[in-house]
Amino acid sequence: MILRLAFGSLIARALTVGMTILAIALSVALFLGVEKVRTGAKASFADTISGTDLIVGARSGSVQLLLYSVFRIGNATNNLTWESYQDVANRPEVDWIVPISLGDSHRQFRVMGTTPEFFERYKYRSGRSLALQDGVVMDDLFDAVIGADVAATLGYSIGDPIVVAHGLASFSEHEDQPFRISGILEKTGTPVDRTVIVSLEAIEAIHVDWQNGAQKPGQSTPADVLRQMDLEPQAITAALVGVKSRLQVFALQRSINEYSQEPLLAILPGVALQELWQIVGIAETALIGVSAMVVVTALIGMMATIFSSLNERRREMAIFRAMGARPRVILALLVLEAVLMAAIGAVLGLGLLYAGLMVGQPLIDSAFGLWLPIEPPTMREGWVLLAVIAASAIVSMIPALRAYRMSLADGMMVRI
Amino acid sequence: MPDTAPILHLENARYRWPGRASFELHVPALSLARSETVLLLGESGSGKSTLLSLICGTITAQSGHVRIGDTDVASLSAGQRDSFRAEQIGLIFQQFNLLPFATVQDNILLPLQFAPNRRKRAQARQAEAVRLCRALGLPDDVMGVRAGTLSVGQQQRVAAARALIGTPPLIIADEPTSSLDAATQSTFLDLLFAQSRANDTSVLMVSHDARLADQFDRVIHMNHIATSVRSAA
Repeated sequence: MILRLAFGSLIARALTVGMTILAIALSVALFLGVEKVRTGAKASFADTISGTDLIVGARSGSVQLLLYSVFRIGNATNNLTWESYQDVANRPEVDWIVPISLGDSHRQFRVMGTTPEFFERYKYRSGRSLALQDGVVMDDLFDAVIGADVAATLGYSIGDPIVVAHGLASFSEHEDQPFRISGILEKTGTPVDRTVIVSLEAIEAIHVDWQNGAQKPGQSTPADVLRQMDLEPQAITAALVGVKSRLQVFALQRSINEYSQEPLLAILPGVALQELWQIVGIAETALIGVSAMVVVTALIGMMATIFSSLNERRREMAIFRAMGARPRVILALLVLEAVLMAAIGAVLGLGLLYAGLMVGQPLIDSAFGLWLPIEPPTMREGWVLLAVIAASAIVSMIPALRAYRMSLADGMMVRI
Repeated sequence: MPDTAPILHLENARYRWPGRASFELHVPALSLARSETVLLLGESGSGKSTLLSLICGTITAQSGHVRIGDTDVASLSAGQRDSFRAEQIGLIFQQFNLLPFATVQDNILLPLQFAPNRRKRAQARQAEAVRLCRALGLPDDVMGVRAGTLSVGQQQRVAAARALIGTPPLIIADEPTSSLDAATQSTFLDLLFAQSRANDTSVLMVSHDARLADQFDRVIHMNHIATSVRSAA
């Protein structure tokens, strides 16, 4: 019955109580939402590349190799010779190997040369394959497949010609050898979205007439001639490797790292992603901090509401006292009220979060490539909600103690 | 013998409010017999509220005795006094008696929450609440209604039902009829006394209105039983 009375009292002050609950609900939804985005971002980040057991490149740092080979950030300090690539490819442990060659660009997007096998082997978000939203995988030497962001940003469609620039942010373009867009990929939420993919041979072809970073004056081999040429590359940037048995990964990694003809580096993508996340992850702590402050603000708002309600509720407390309620019943009643408000707010916040997820999930996925899974609340989220409720009880002790003292002084004789 | 012993007995009770503008109340002797109805007349400022607070145990006399039944109120701890009040005394105020957001039924049953013995005496609590409401002339369908929506007269009857439930030996009423018109006042008291006499409950009612005197067993004046001293400290 006391619980019913507490409820009744809350309902009687529906407007202010409702606002307080709404504030708590929003803050809880924000906090849990940030948590969702954070874990979603972490998972998406870790899902950038999957199915690849090793990434092989010239010797540098593991994070650096990951950054330029997968995220297309920064540049390779060195290349990997075709001979070394062949040696790795011929090792018995290797199930498949896909070379990638970077260095050129189209507008703000990187151009990557690779083999058609890339489209089968590159996996993201725990085993998803790349898919074409339009067109086909490159067929001709001068065919290009572009990522979803490239197509969206530059407004390209199938058949459009594109000219690749030499290097990055460069004014010298491979104008004589334009490409034709043959396919556009589905959005993946990975750096592939921002990549122009051509064949490995095409990268060689557009550099046939080039030497030391500049076109030989007056020389331009016609496309038909290029198509007949043997365009085996001298060097590539990196290679993605899959092994026959997972047990062989470490042995292969070690032998590549100890390869004597050339300093090479083989990394486990998962491990390197972890290392990278530790750098990126500092921002997540700040994000959690800020959203926790929002929850604290909402709770302080609730405390203020309870405080301001005390005066108008002296009569109510006096009635309780007259009926024989001890002052600590008054105290308990106020704490109970706060806990009720926080509990309703927390549950409502959880509801808001799920409603938001239902609506926002496809939008966020297509806009940011961030997949936020809709799952039942985790233990961690449960603890967060409990912590909010517990914090509300603690915070409400301050006005409750004041009410306790007031009801001791007033007794049952309040004349308003 | 419990039946002959007074339900309320004050003897040389003295109380001085703390603070600079001090006010002291002295009650040499005041007694109420069981099932007696007494009207205590007094002007405002004559110490009525202080006297009621003493009887209800929200304050305790610095000297002398305040007994309810066999118990000296001053001998109890603050918490015990709260429980004791819940068990022994039904209270009716001038107005704003009820929790406006709660139903009539919850309002009536509220004191039982803090008084296990009264709760036992009331037995079938809800049926008893309905019976009291009916006896006090309230419509049957009133139980589920929020108390705040009732008229003042109806609210005072609900307050009376709340004071009567579980048959406490003493009912203290602080100007319960002052917000009612003359005809309603008299009906209200008739209905209240019918119930209190049936339960052997004593009623001490405080008022400044002498016109109600006829309906009571005994009328006393604040001036005759108590002296109050206002000293500019």
